[in-house]
Amino acid sequence: MPIRVENLCYTYNPGTPFARTALEDINLEINDGEFVGIIGETGSGKSTLIQHFNGLLRPTRGRVLVDGVDIWQKDVRLKDIRQKVGLVFQYPEHQLFEETVFADVAFGPRNMGLDEDEIGMRVRRALEMVGLDFEAVKARSPFELSGGEMRRVAIAGVLAMEPSVLVLDEPVSGLDPRGRDELLQELTRLHEKFEYTVVLVSHSMEDVARLAKRLVVMHRGRVVADGPVRDVFRMMDLLRETGLGVPQVTELMLELARRGKDVRTDVLTVEEAKVELLRLLRSEGRVR
Amino acid sequence: MEEMIRAENLVYEYGPVGDGRHAALRGISLAIRPGEFVAIIGHNGSGKSTLAKHFNALLVPTSGTVKVKGMKTSDPRNLWKIRQTVGMVFQNPDNQIVATTVEEDVAFGPENLGVPPAEIRRRVREALECVDMVEYVRHAPHLLSGGQKQRVAIAGVVAMRPECIVLDEPTAMLDPSGRREVMRTITRLNREEGITVVLITHFMNEAVQADRVIVMEAGRIVLDGSPRKVFGQVETLRALHLDVPQVTELAYELNREGAELPPDILTVEEFADAIVGVSDRGVSDRSRKTEERRARTADACGTTGRGRDRSGQADCHGRAAAASCGGG
Repeated sequence: MPIRVENLCYTYNPGTPFARTALEDINLEINDGEFVGIIGETGSGKSTLIQHFNGLLRPTRGRVLVDGVDIWQKDVRLKDIRQKVGLVFQYPEHQLFEETVFADVAFGPRNMGLDEDEIGMRVRRALEMVGLDFEAVKARSPFELSGGEMRRVAIAGVLAMEPSVLVLDEPVSGLDPRGRDELLQELTRLHEKFEYTVVLVSHSMEDVARLAKRLVVMHRGRVVADGPVRDVFRMMDLLRETGLGVPQVTELMLELARRGKDVRTDVLTVEEAKVELLRLLRSEGRVR
Repeated sequence: MEEMIRAENLVYEYGPVGDGRHAALRGISLAIRPGEFVAIIGHNGSGKSTLAKHFNALLVPTSGTVKVKGMKTSDPRNLWKIRQTVGMVFQNPDNQIVATTVEEDVAFGPENLGVPPAEIRRRVREALECVDMVEYVRHAPHLLSGGQKQRVAIAGVVAMRPECIVLDEPTAMLDPSGRREVMRTITRLNREEGITVVLITHFMNEAVQADRVIVMEAGRIVLDGSPRKVFGQVETLRALHLDVPQVTELAYELNREGAELPPDILTVEEFADAIVGVSDRGVSDRSRKTEERRARTADACGTTGRGRDRSGQADCHGRAAAASCGGG
């Protein structure tokens, strides 16, 4: 199991008048090959939590284990942990800095002390993984790319270190619908084809519904729900309380059920809703 | 009725003259009436932000004209007046903070207009009431949430008493609750204060709340009409890689299979009504809502009278400020 969090508590500015508890008693396991969505309002602790996954933050109490090893043990090199758990921040393109796309993606592997051949191979592979044409972009300045492309280059920079878990904080925020759909498709491909374990922090219920298999809901520093996406979205009242919503089609099915129609309420996408409603309309003789 | 904004054959090109020249806007003609709530959608690079920047003369046309209340934006003498009439709010709230307290931040605009201190205080208070942020008057803006920052930015514009506010993806960087806060504020400014609103957005659920939706693609307007009319064009919007509300898409898909649902469904309520069978109550509910909406729109138009009063005020301050600038 790549990541395990035990009784994790985190307080910002402890021992000062500004002390604020951001995480309270979190227990969580991210298993190999999972695609987990973490949702919650701003301030619910999602970003604080994922910064513990690769040792950017040190727990005030509790433990974080990566591949069974407590990452804050004395003999653990955090550098190794950060190679295993790749973290993509919000607006990662703000961190691009090199003159060429190649140099930017090569930055991580180079710091790992790899030789030039290996670096070249990894950069090519990482750029191809995020759907960019290596030959076309390698010599270009990252700053002359479109917003969506810049973001992919930034993600490639993390992939080039060949982590086993990819953690992304709001990877599609600020992108337009096309950029968003393309990037989400790449993530699905990374997960399915390259068998990446993916943790996706998002506040778009529609995106999470389409991609993740398991959903963790955070509220005021605690995990308030954790389970298969379908089961979690059925708890609409809980989600509303935490300032979140459910996808519009899920809401529709819940509303129809409330009005006495016999329909499944664990519907997540337009496609699924279509199948279910066709069944209903056919049974009522309104569609042949 | 005088138009708030009118663009005629607006073309905007940038880049070096010759082959490198790129046309961001390729002949836009449109008119926005006082009190309207217009949403502009389109993917990145479609020209929507470029268009918005023409509405308060941040950009001027390469050819064609843009007029704000009859004033040509290409005439530098109109600049001051235009910027007072049309205020702008941008995407990133952090880039719009100028002061260390909310009060000072909101006061920045009117101060620059040369408004007397007592009047500034009144305006700051009113503006913060408008965006529901009065209790934060002494707070440091950089410590607020994204939605709160954005509301402070809107208050900063409101304090300058514009008749029209143009918002360029104001919710793109916010979380769902921040987005709701900002949308509530925007609709309130439009409905209650009669301020004309131009909202650029990627979020269809926001565009649905407008009176009118304009869809842009490659520097041109491709659709322009009520949200119902525009989002009913599922095929066109899909071809443009734009989102359609999930229920609208669902109705479209079911109708292709032979269901007979209204093609212009926008909300869960409407969809449920259509499926459960439009009972009498359903019909009356729906028509009542339509009536209410019409009444609100009429209301908003009615309040433009107040808008004009305000422009009168702004006028005085504008001149006073201009005079003091000249003197300085």
